[in-house]
Amino acid sequence: MNATEQFNAFMTILRKEIKRYLRIWTQTLLPSAITMSLYFVIFGTLIGSRIGEMGGFSYMQFVVPGLIMMAIVTNSYSNVVSSFFGSKFNHSVEELLVSPTPNYVILMGYVVGGVTRGLLVAVVVTLVSLFFTDMQIHSYLVVVSVVLMTSTLFALAGFINAVYANSFDDISIIPTFVLTPLIYLGGVFYSMDLLPDFWAAVSRLNPLVYVVNAFRYGVLGVSDVSLSVAFGMIALFTVAAFGYSMHLLNSGKRLRQ
Amino acid sequence: MIPALTIERLSKVYDNGFEALKGISLTVEQGDFYALLGPNGAGKSTTIGIICSLVSKSGGRVQVFDADIDEDFPAAKKTIGIVPQEFNFNMFETVSDIVVNQGGYYGMPVELSRERAEKYLKELGLWDKRNVTSRTLSGGMKRRLMIARALVHEPRLLILDEPTAGVDIEMRRSMWDFLQQINAEGTTIILTTHYLEEAEALCRHIGIINHGEIVENTSMRELLRRLHREVFILDTEDTLPEVISIADFTCRRLDEHSVEVEVQKGQHINDVFAALDAQGVRINSMRNRANRLEEMFVNLVEGVA
Repeated sequence: MNATEQFNAFMTILRKEIKRYLRIWTQTLLPSAITMSLYFVIFGTLIGSRIGEMGGFSYMQFVVPGLIMMAIVTNSYSNVVSSFFGSKFNHSVEELLVSPTPNYVILMGYVVGGVTRGLLVAVVVTLVSLFFTDMQIHSYLVVVSVVLMTSTLFALAGFINAVYANSFDDISIIPTFVLTPLIYLGGVFYSMDLLPDFWAAVSRLNPLVYVVNAFRYGVLGVSDVSLSVAFGMIALFTVAAFGYSMHLLNSGKRLRQ
Repeated sequence: MIPALTIERLSKVYDNGFEALKGISLTVEQGDFYALLGPNGAGKSTTIGIICSLVSKSGGRVQVFDADIDEDFPAAKKTIGIVPQEFNFNMFETVSDIVVNQGGYYGMPVELSRERAEKYLKELGLWDKRNVTSRTLSGGMKRRLMIARALVHEPRLLILDEPTAGVDIEMRRSMWDFLQQINAEGTTIILTTHYLEEAEALCRHIGIINHGEIVENTSMRELLRRLHREVFILDTEDTLPEVISIADFTCRRLDEHSVEVEVQKGQHINDVFAALDAQGVRINSMRNRANRLEEMFVNLVEGVA
C-alpha cells in the first residue's frame, strides 16, 4: 500500500471509531461528565473546604487537573479495549486482518480513536470543572503534550488488554484492579509530600504519578516530580507499550490461528 | 499466464498438535471457477485461512498471482476477496458502512468506496437495506452482504467458503447467476461447498481434500467421466410388471410406476429404453438417484474409487 492508501485505511478506522463512541454517547461520554461532577462536588467543594490548601492551592484547584487526567486515562483506555475486543469477539477484526492495511496503521487507527475520545471527554470535564473553580493554564505546551502522550499511552495499554482478553470479564479486570488503584494512588487527591519516604519512593513506580504531576504542572505550575523526569517516564512507557502492541500484531498472537 | 493461485507442499500443524494440512499442492488457473471440496474437518477452511492470512502456515509456499505471501503478503491480499463461512461483521454497523469501510481497509478513498458499495449492494439486492443495521438482515442477506463486502475492492481472486449454506433455493440460484456473471467478467473464483450440485453446476475444476491431503485435483468433466456407474430412476406411464428384468442391467422395481436401473461404464441407457419399450412400458421421465458428483465424492473420501 502506498502512503495515500495507508492514510485512507487509517482514516477509515478512525472514522469508524469516532462514529462508534458518538453513537453510544450515553455510555461513553456522559458517564465521565456525571462522575467527575460528583468528584468536584464531594472532594472539591464538600471535603475540600475542610482540607484547606494543598501545594499552595485550594483543594479544588489541586484536584481538578488530576480528575481531568483521570477522565482522559480511563476513556482512552476503555475506548480501545472495548472496541478492539468487541471486534475480536464478533470476528469483525478479520475484515482488517485479511486486508493489506499494515499493522502499524491498524494500531494507530484504534489508538487515535481512543485519543480523540479522551480529548473529547477532557473538554467536557474541563467545562464542568469551570462551574466549580477558575482555571488558569500555566503552560499550554505542557498541557497539550501531556494530554496527547497520556491518552496515547493508555490507548495502547487498552489495546494490549484487548488482545489478551478472552471474555468481557477480562476487559474489566485491568481497569478495576490495576488502573483504578494506580489512578487513586497516583496523586490525584493528595500531594506526594504527605507520604512517608518509603511510600513516596514506591509511588514513583506508578506511571500515573508522572502523568498527574506533569499535567498539574501544566495547569498550576507545581509538581511533585521533575517535569523532565515525568515526560521521560511517560515517553518511555509509551514507546514500550507501542513496541509491545506491534509485537502482538506482527506475531498474530491471539488474533490469528 | 501465471496461475491465480499456486500452493506447494502447504502444511499446517495447530498448537494442539492436530495436523490439518499434510503438504498439499494445487494450482488454480486465472479465470477458473474452482471447487475445493471435502468433508468437515478435511482442511478446506485451514487452506483458505492461510491464503488470506487468518491462519499462519507451518510450511510450504503460497503464491497469489505474482505475489508470494512470504515475500509480499499485502500485494497478495490486494488481489483477494474473501467470503468466510461464519458471519464476521459488526452486527451493529449499517450494511452500507460495512461495505464502505472494507473499501477503506484496501486503501480506497471514501468516495470510490461509496460508489462501489452502491454498485454491489444494488447487484446483490441489498441497496434498500443499506441504512439498516446488519443484525436485522436475514441469513441469506447476510451472506450476500459478505459477498458485496468481498467485492468492493474488485479482487481478481474471490474465495467463497460455503457461501450458500442456509440459503433458500431461489436465493441460491440467484447467487449462482451472480457468481457466474463475475466469473465470466474475469474474476477467478474458488468455492467450497457441501452442495455438490452447486459445485457441478458452477465449477470447471475441482480439488477434493480429505484428512489434510488432496485426493483429487482435476477438471469437473474428467472427474465425471471417470464415474464407473450411475443409477437412474425411470418413471413410467404404464404399470410395471411385478418382476422386471432388463438384460445386462441390474434393475429394481421401486413401485408400480418407477424402476431403478444401474448403468455401468460402457453400457448405454438407450438399451434400457429399448428393453422397456419391447415390454410395452413407456417412460415419462428419468433422473439420477443421487447427484453424480456426490457418488464420486463419497467414493473418493471413503477410498473406494
